[in-house]
Amino acid sequence: MIELIQDYWLYFLIGQYPNGPLGGLVLTLLLASCGLVLALPLGIVLGLARVSPWRWLRWPVSGFVFVVRGLPLLMVIFWAYFFLPSVTGVKTDQFATMLIALVVFDAAYLAEIVRAGIQGLPRGQMETARALGLSWSRAMRLVVLPQALRSMLPSLVNQFVSTIKETSLGYIIGLAEVSFIATQINTQVFTKPAQVFGILGLTYFILCFGLSRFAYWLERRLARRGLPVVAVTEGRAAARKASA
Amino acid sequence: MPLFDYSLLLTGKYHDMLVAGLWLSLQLLAASLVCALPIALVVAMLRLSPLAPLRWLGFAYVESIRNIPLLAHMLFWYFGAPELLPEGVKQWLYAGHIEAYSAIVALSLYTAAFMAEDMRSGIRSIPAVQFEAGRALGFGWLATMRRVVLPQALRVTVPPLISQTLSLWKNTSIATVIGVAELMYQAGQVESATFRSFESFAFASAAYLTVSLAITALATWYHHRFPVRTL
Repeated sequence: MIELIQDYWLYFLIGQYPNGPLGGLVLTLLLASCGLVLALPLGIVLGLARVSPWRWLRWPVSGFVFVVRGLPLLMVIFWAYFFLPSVTGVKTDQFATMLIALVVFDAAYLAEIVRAGIQGLPRGQMETARALGLSWSRAMRLVVLPQALRSMLPSLVNQFVSTIKETSLGYIIGLAEVSFIATQINTQVFTKPAQVFGILGLTYFILCFGLSRFAYWLERRLARRGLPVVAVTEGRAAARKASA
Repeated sequence: MPLFDYSLLLTGKYHDMLVAGLWLSLQLLAASLVCALPIALVVAMLRLSPLAPLRWLGFAYVESIRNIPLLAHMLFWYFGAPELLPEGVKQWLYAGHIEAYSAIVALSLYTAAFMAEDMRSGIRSIPAVQFEAGRALGFGWLATMRRVVLPQALRVTVPPLISQTLSLWKNTSIATVIGVAELMYQAGQVESATFRSFESFAFASAAYLTVSLAITALATWYHHRFPVRTL
């Protein structure tokens, strides 16, 4: 076990870098961070469209969110992998493909968190802002959204945990993230599959458990300050509950 | 070559492959659901138990499962776990459909962790006086749970369990990683055999969406048929 870690820790962390492409745990984290950072603005836009007063905007976006949430992430990845290049004519690499799939997929889930956050605020906030003469978009931007985003903070951390877990599916299209590296190590060592995958699991656990404890702490802190919290242990489940 | 070849999907070898994949996916869903529910109930009971070590055990189970991606679970149960078994059992497993069993084990344990949390919050939504009244009438801890609290908690718990079932349905696709010939795997096979990626993925997407829609409809129906009663 110790020997295994001694031999492969660097490969596990960064892949073949600097002699080859970056990989391993660092790539997992990079992918998850980029995914969340890019998905968040898109998620907010989609979430706003879902609560907007204009039907022509609300319906198609709701349809899109519904379709994406009804599909497995793997399906979205396959579409991005096989279909995007044939439509756009640009051959994207695995990282970009995975990033696109993650952004589209997570944005649909974030849209539901945003929607729940906005609808969780007392209606009086919007009504007061409108009565003061602000337009819908200004009222949303200056009054409703800042409050909603604050109460969504714990959900966002939980979403980051989900995103880290989702990056593991990059394995299927041959992206050298940490799960892929683990199977590579397993093939090289060959005799210790339980240890290799045990270490893989432990790595994810330390990362995700730490982050979800942080989300729990944030939730407590916000609750103490009397802010409404979009109730959550798992971002997704809460968003689903809110939509049911 | 037509732009969208329906005939590929409606008849012939590739149609049969895709339908067989869908059928296996549904079987995975059913088998995992049947295994996950009792595990989840036991874990939820552990987490609510009056004994601290049992509570920790439940907590450890839920957190260790939920914080590791399903893919890592699948890889562990497929590559890792069988190696730890005695030789005879291993031979017997490798002779059969080990990939399907590994997938069912991984899916059941994974889903059970999420379902246990839903059950726990459902049970906790029942006022504590119900439990106390049961105990005061002389029922034991388990008997109070079974006869007083759980029947009331059922109504609150079923909707989140249905949405976990929806997640489970989507998660069955990950079994493709360890070579279970379910829908996603078959779609990939048809794609590489025919180069009709659009057709095969359209079929798979439509199938996933249809079942997702059916599960969502079930949730909506339940919500209207059995609304949550407030005491």
